[in-house]
Amino acid sequence: MSASPTTPAEAKPAPPPVEKIKVKVDGRDIEVPKTMPDWQGKPQPTTMLQACAAAGLDVPHYCYHPKLPIAGNCRMCLVEFGTPVIGPDRKPVLNPDGSPKIARSVLPYEPGTPRGAIACATPISPGMEIYPSSPATKQMREAVLESLLINHPLDCPICDQAGECKLQEYSVDHGQAASRFVEEKVHKPKQVDLGPRIVLDDERCILCSRCIRFTRDIAGDDALGFVDRGSHSTLTRFPGKSFDNNYTLNTVDICPVGALTSKDFRFQMRVWFLKESKSVCTSCSTGCNIVIGSRENKVYRYEPRENDAVNSSWMCDYGRLHYKWINREDRLTEVASAKYAIISQELAWATALTEITTLLKRAPEKGVAIIASARQTNEELYLLKKLAVKLDAITDCVPHEGPADHLLLRADRNPNSTGARLIGFAGSPLGSNLGKIVEGIRTGTISGLIVFGEDMTKIGISQDWLKKLDLLIVSDILPNETTEIAHYLLPGCAHAEKRGSFVNAKGRVQRFMQNIAPKGNSRPEWEFLHDLVYGVTGQNGFTNMEALFNEMAREVPAFQGLTWAGLGDLGVTVPI
Amino acid sequence: MPQEYRFILKNVDQPGYTPDLECYLRHGGYDALKKALALPAKDLPDGKKLTAQEQIREEVKVSGLRGRGGAGFSCGLKWSFVDRKSGKPIYLICNADESEPGTFKDRQIIYKDPHQLLEGMIISCFANDVHLAYIYIRGEMPDGARLLLKALAEARAKNFLGKNILGSGYDLDIYIHRGAGAYICGEETGLIESLEGKRAYPRIKPPYFPAVLGLYMCPTIVNNVETLATVKHIVLMGGAEYAKLGTPNNTGTRIVSVSGHVRKPGYYEVEVGKATLGELIMHPNFGGGLREGRTLKAVIPGGSSAKVFKAGEKFKLKRKGADGQMTAVDVDMLDIPYDFDSLQQAGSMSGSGAIIVLDDTTDIVAALANVSEFYAHESCGQCTPCREGSLWISKALHRLSHGHGRQKDAAYLLSIAQNIQGRTICAFGEACAWPVLSFVNKFRDEFEARGAADEAKSAGAGPTHGMKIAANPEP
Repeated sequence: MSASPTTPAEAKPAPPPVEKIKVKVDGRDIEVPKTMPDWQGKPQPTTMLQACAAAGLDVPHYCYHPKLPIAGNCRMCLVEFGTPVIGPDRKPVLNPDGSPKIARSVLPYEPGTPRGAIACATPISPGMEIYPSSPATKQMREAVLESLLINHPLDCPICDQAGECKLQEYSVDHGQAASRFVEEKVHKPKQVDLGPRIVLDDERCILCSRCIRFTRDIAGDDALGFVDRGSHSTLTRFPGKSFDNNYTLNTVDICPVGALTSKDFRFQMRVWFLKESKSVCTSCSTGCNIVIGSRENKVYRYEPRENDAVNSSWMCDYGRLHYKWINREDRLTEVASAKYAIISQELAWATALTEITTLLKRAPEKGVAIIASARQTNEELYLLKKLAVKLDAITDCVPHEGPADHLLLRADRNPNSTGARLIGFAGSPLGSNLGKIVEGIRTGTISGLIVFGEDMTKIGISQDWLKKLDLLIVSDILPNETTEIAHYLLPGCAHAEKRGSFVNAKGRVQRFMQNIAPKGNSRPEWEFLHDLVYGVTGQNGFTNMEALFNEMAREVPAFQGLTWAGLGDLGVTVPI
Repeated sequence: MPQEYRFILKNVDQPGYTPDLECYLRHGGYDALKKALALPAKDLPDGKKLTAQEQIREEVKVSGLRGRGGAGFSCGLKWSFVDRKSGKPIYLICNADESEPGTFKDRQIIYKDPHQLLEGMIISCFANDVHLAYIYIRGEMPDGARLLLKALAEARAKNFLGKNILGSGYDLDIYIHRGAGAYICGEETGLIESLEGKRAYPRIKPPYFPAVLGLYMCPTIVNNVETLATVKHIVLMGGAEYAKLGTPNNTGTRIVSVSGHVRKPGYYEVEVGKATLGELIMHPNFGGGLREGRTLKAVIPGGSSAKVFKAGEKFKLKRKGADGQMTAVDVDMLDIPYDFDSLQQAGSMSGSGAIIVLDDTTDIVAALANVSEFYAHESCGQCTPCREGSLWISKALHRLSHGHGRQKDAAYLLSIAQNIQGRTICAFGEACAWPVLSFVNKFRDEFEARGAADEAKSAGAGPTHGMKIAANPEP
């Protein structure tokens, strides 16, 4: 319970203290825990790589990934290290100055002499000295990098990974400008169609096996493997089997080079042109943390953003590729009114909101219903709830379900069902008021309907029924049968075009940032809802998103103690 | 007068000796097993009791037996590392993946006296509380696998294997697993991965030491064929008696495979350290010397991955003088006693006990190119330095031995090999680097001369790479 960390009764019991070990990193004394979490979160002996990270030094690596089992094959993280010399009396041998004598590795390595070790898999021991910046470490690193590059095609100008490639980055840091390799390069398959979403270039592959381990140990689909031996080793899928699980695109993210590329993203945009912002996936109630990459107001890709409370470092292909609707040509961009006078777009918002305010104030008691999508943000649902209270309107959201999978994808495809429930907007269970609303419209007790982001014809209210309403106010992003006949159509924004927050299925309150500008004359819903609520209720409690969220946190019991700033990048879990 | 000491191979090659159980039993077969199973618990002065298993393990320790696979690690010590308190089953694997070039000793036991291996193995399993064991046999030895299968069936029929062996209450079964033809499967953790049905990628150590996290993540012992066969004799004669064979710290006998430019290539069993490298090559009882008119150029003393010795090379070896003090003595390459420690002191190793002799007709560049091609072919491809470096070396040597060399290729080769050794998960990195480092360092003049000659040749011939620009046609 992190929402009110000040309440002692709710504080978690302190974890037992972890024993610390003293080691030296580049001559600097540091103390690190004896054990640290491994890829599954189980405590394991702390490695040299983790100790160096604790000292603020990043040891270059390719095959190591904190969320995957250790392979130890790339050898990029080889470091020189030393351990205290123990005398025959089992006591440390001391130098003349009283400091402990350290047995250091020597290059070139001769049999029987200490040698470097891979930082990713070698546990630290008391008194150990690690030299991640020593000449010997640099020599080993340069040699590994040279080996990785001799058979690499060096086709960066046409490679999608350019700009976010570890081969490029480490070459700048540790490589040589010229190659001394004069032999013929090894040639391997190019443009291998691994599955519906992935293309492989085997010549670029550095055989780190991250994709194999992810696919086997995380996605649970043992679909990839190496064939052939030595320098001819080749990554491939199992014969006759398509690489087609719901998590294949994560292998593109963790591929440190340009071997695995996304069919959706390849050749579309240079990564350094992308404007990136932190956001949340809206395709199901898991709420995977993502980074949206766009250029010139066009979204090009989603990538997962690490959040161990939600999605680890992964996201599903379904959610990742579900962004194209944002860029659709037929997005609703104009305020429109079917029943009333055509409004000039310059004055559209002001005119429409004034007219709607007047109409709502005149609406009969209990005569208005509000149906909003559980894809709307907490802030928007909160404002709609305020409106509903004032109008004594019945409210609900529409459930959307699909098949769930074993890892991240949930059956509840609404990203904010929990928020809609906590705010008191959705029926309990979600959708249970819809029948009453439909009934009210058919019997005429409900004469006004406010719809946000749903098509009423899909829940059993046909256009004929809708046409009988006195007032139909609709906000949406894309056209549908309901928007066609709205008395007032208010174009809203995709999450990428605004700020806001969702609550995921486990009660994680997560905020997301704006990445691109709203399309045409559309406006973020919370902005125009503020004007509307102010007009109808006379309340004016905020001036911006921060203030709106903080006001909501004060008024909605489940959000007590939260602040917009306090949500941070990773969100806060509240009891649901 | 150096002589063979036929101990493991005592019956092998004797007229009428066949690999079947009847023949083995006629020659005292499975007596050692009967003795082992019947060993009574031994009372210790402190009142504790030593079980039969503990006694056998102790005898193996006392015997000083060192692994015959390549590394020469103490067998008793290896057994003592086994985690016996994990609650998990302990496995024993016989490493019969004999594939080091130049080595053909284990197959003598497998093909000609398979029951000797089985008996040694059953005793070793009994001593280590193993109830399931495997023989991982090289894929290229299908006949060996068939013979072992037959031997296993015979042993089962006589209850030397299976449930309640000879009424002792001890259960054991042994399975044969055939490799698919990869050198790396001889590396013990690669072998374990292969046995588990995966690619034979050697495991990282730490944490995957076989004695703790071996086959199926259970404690596992991996021993060579010759090592396991020897255990039978240690049980029969006692560890102390066995240790009298050979020389101190290099006890027992070894089967040495002698190949290359000698008159009598073959396998010879000797007491360890009782014959010199020169005797094994030159003496009529062994290799029988070089062919007529030839002189010695080089010797690879312990399988193709061992560092080469150049004819006439001298080494300083530590020797215990008459006064008991250790002194350094100058020893010619041929006078090095063929044992574990002396060859190591001379900078090489006895490895798998395979001596490869090269006479003066040998093209040393081509010889190394041949060795390196093997290692490039056999690198498993897991670790970057070995995967890329082994083929790089092989391609460079192919170029150098096919008329496209450069004088600086010697330095080029040394630098590539330096960047492999000691930087990989398993010892294959050394196996592919050591031949290059030793050949090029010791015969550097030949490598450089070859490259220089190629350069001189191509300097006169114009550019060898790229497009030749045609002269302007006459108007």
